[in-house]
Amino acid sequence: MGRYIGGRVVSMIITFLIIASLTFFLMKLLPGTPFNNQEKLTDTQIVQLNEKYGLNDPVAVQYFNYMKNLFVGDLGVSFQQDGREVSTIIGERIGASAYLGFQSIVLGTIIGLFLGIIAALRHNSFLDYGTMVIAVLGISIPNFVIAGLMQYWLGVKWGLLPVAYWDGFAYTIMPTIAIASIVVATIARFMRTEMLEVLGQDYITTAKAKGLSSTAVVIRHTIRNASIPIITIMGPLVVALMTGTLVIEQIFVIPGLGEKFVNSIMTNDFPIIMGTTLFYSLLFIVVILLVDVMYGIIDPRIRLAGGKD
Amino acid sequence: MEKILEVNDLHVSFDTFAGEVKAVRGVNFHLNKGETLAIVGESGSGKSVTSKAVMGLIPNPPGRIKQGEIKFGDRDLAQLPEKEMQKIRGSEISMIFQDPMTSLNPTMTIGKQIMEGLIKHQNMSNSEAKERAIELLKLVGIPNAEGRVTEYPHQFSGGMRQRVVIAIALACNPRVLIADEPTTALDVTIQAQILELLNDLQEKMGTSIIFITHDLGVVANIADRVAVMYAGKIVETGTVDEIFYNPQHPYTWGLLGSMPSLDSTDEELIAIPGSPPDLLDPPKGDAFAPRNPYAMQIDTEMEPPLFKVSDTHYAATWLLHEKAPKVEPPAAIKKRMQGMAPDEPIIGAKDGGKHV
Repeated sequence: MGRYIGGRVVSMIITFLIIASLTFFLMKLLPGTPFNNQEKLTDTQIVQLNEKYGLNDPVAVQYFNYMKNLFVGDLGVSFQQDGREVSTIIGERIGASAYLGFQSIVLGTIIGLFLGIIAALRHNSFLDYGTMVIAVLGISIPNFVIAGLMQYWLGVKWGLLPVAYWDGFAYTIMPTIAIASIVVATIARFMRTEMLEVLGQDYITTAKAKGLSSTAVVIRHTIRNASIPIITIMGPLVVALMTGTLVIEQIFVIPGLGEKFVNSIMTNDFPIIMGTTLFYSLLFIVVILLVDVMYGIIDPRIRLAGGKD
Repeated sequence: MEKILEVNDLHVSFDTFAGEVKAVRGVNFHLNKGETLAIVGESGSGKSVTSKAVMGLIPNPPGRIKQGEIKFGDRDLAQLPEKEMQKIRGSEISMIFQDPMTSLNPTMTIGKQIMEGLIKHQNMSNSEAKERAIELLKLVGIPNAEGRVTEYPHQFSGGMRQRVVIAIALACNPRVLIADEPTTALDVTIQAQILELLNDLQEKMGTSIIFITHDLGVVANIADRVAVMYAGKIVETGTVDEIFYNPQHPYTWGLLGSMPSLDSTDEELIAIPGSPPDLLDPPKGDAFAPRNPYAMQIDTEMEPPLFKVSDTHYAATWLLHEKAPKVEPPAAIKKRMQGMAPDEPIIGAKDGGKHV
C-alpha cells in the first residue's frame, strides 16, 4: 500500500506541473492585458507596471520565472489589489467555500445514501417512487433556481432565514441546501441502483441461507458492496460542487474563492487566475487519490492488485 | 427408516404481469435420515424452486407457497414465521449453491463468512468461531487453513471456493443439506473431487442430502434414491437401481437416452423432442404428453396418478395402468439399460468413478 501511494504521489506531481504549464500558456492567450482597461492609468504608468511585473519579457522567460517561483511556493502578487500575496487572498477566501462545500457534501451524502438504501429495500413501493421523484427533481432543477425559490419563500415571504450574506450558521443553511440537492439526487439514484444490483447477487442468497436476519444481510453484505461504485462518483461530484459553488456564492453573496476566481478572469489578474486554478487542480488530484485509496480499503480485490508489497 | 423431512402436496406459484406461473404443482417426497435424494429434471422443472421453498427462500413477492406442507420434525416449514425460519436456516437445514464464483461475498474474508453462522446459531465468541472455521476449512480439504482463513474469495480457485461454500453450509452440523447443482459450474475433474468430498462428509457427519441436478452421471455417483421432476411435478421416484435399470416413465427414458456414456461408441444420443410446457398455463392431462411418443388419448385428458411399481418405486404414467398396452422402452435405451446391468458397476459419465 505504501509503495502504491508513493507511485501515485509522483504521478500527481507530474500532472500538477502539466496543468500549471498549460494554464500559464492558455492564460497568455486571453485577450487584453491586466492594465489596459483602467482609464485612470497613463501610458507611462502602464509601461512602468508592465515592466515591474515582468510582462515585457518573452513568454518563455515569464514561464520560467513563474515555475521557478512555484517550486518555492511563491504564487506571486495580485495585479489588482496593491500587490497583495495570492496565497494570502486564497487563504482568506477559502474558508467560506470549504465550509460550505464540506457541509453540503456531508449532508448530501448522508441523506442520499439513506434515501437510496430505503428506496432499494422498499423496491417498487410508494417510498421508492417518492425517492426517485425527489432525485429526478434534484438533478433536473438547477441549484440556482432552488436557491432563488428559497430566498423568496424562506427568506423574504416567511422571514425564517437570512436572504444572503455570510455571518454565522443561519446564513449557511440555504446555500448548503441548494448545493446539497445535487449530491442527494445523484447519490440516492446511484445507491438505489447499486443496492438493487447487489441484493440480486448470489452471495446475498448465501447470507440469507445462513439464517442471518435481514438487517444483518443488508448491513454486512449489501451496503459495503453497493458503496464501492459510489466512491467512484464521489470524486467528480466533489469537483462539480467546487465549480457549482461559483454561482451559489454569487447568489448568496458569500465571500468565497469562486467569486474571486470569476473576477480575476474578468480583469486579467494573471497571478490570481494561476493561483486559484492550481489550487482547484491540486484539490482535484488529491480527491482522486483519496477515492482510489478508499477503493482499496473497501474492496480487497483492488487493494491486493495495486499494492504488491 | 426415519423420515427427517417430508414434503406433501407442495404448490409454489409466482405472480407475474402475465399471470400466475405455477412452478411447483403438487410435489410429494420425503428424505430419510442419512440418505441422499437426488432431484433430477430439466431447467424450469421446478427443482430449485422446491428446494428454495424448503429453505423458506422463495422471494415474496412475487413468489408464494400456495398450499402444502413441509414437515421437518414436528414443525411445518411452510407455515413458520420468518423469525423462526431464520433459526432453522443454516443451523438445521443449509444449502450449497450452484456457482461458487458468485456465491461468496467478495468484500468479506472467508473466515468471517464461515463464522457468521456459528456466532448467530451457536452463540460462539469470535475466537471460538474462528477456531471452528479453521477446523471446517481443514475438514473440507483446504490446505494451510490457518493462513487462508483471513483471505478473500478472489484468492481462491473455483473448486476451493466451492469447498468454502460447503464449509459454510456445514458449519453448524445441519441435519439436512440441500445442494443445488453444486458441481454444474465446475471443471469435470473438480466435480469429481467435490462429489467425493460430499460423500465423505456425509459419512462422517450423518447429514441427509437433497442433491439437485440435471446430470444423471452425477446422480449415479452420489444418490441413494432419485426423484425425477417434470413441469413442477415428480413423475417418477425410486432407488438409483430402479431408476437406472427399470425406469417406467417415458420422460425418464428420455433422460437416460440423452445421457452420454463413455463405454460405447456406436450408440447415438437421443434428444427429447420439444420443450417443457409453459407453466403459466399448464396443459390439461399429463404435462409430458405433447413430447411423449407413447402418449395415449387419456394423457391429454387426465393427469396420471402415481402407480406403484415396488415399495420404493412409483411412476406417474398411464402406461402402468392395467388397461394400457404393454410398451417397451426404445431399443437404444433398453440396450443402454442392459449395458448397465445391476451386477456390474456403473461407469460414471463424468469422472469414471465407480458406483457401488
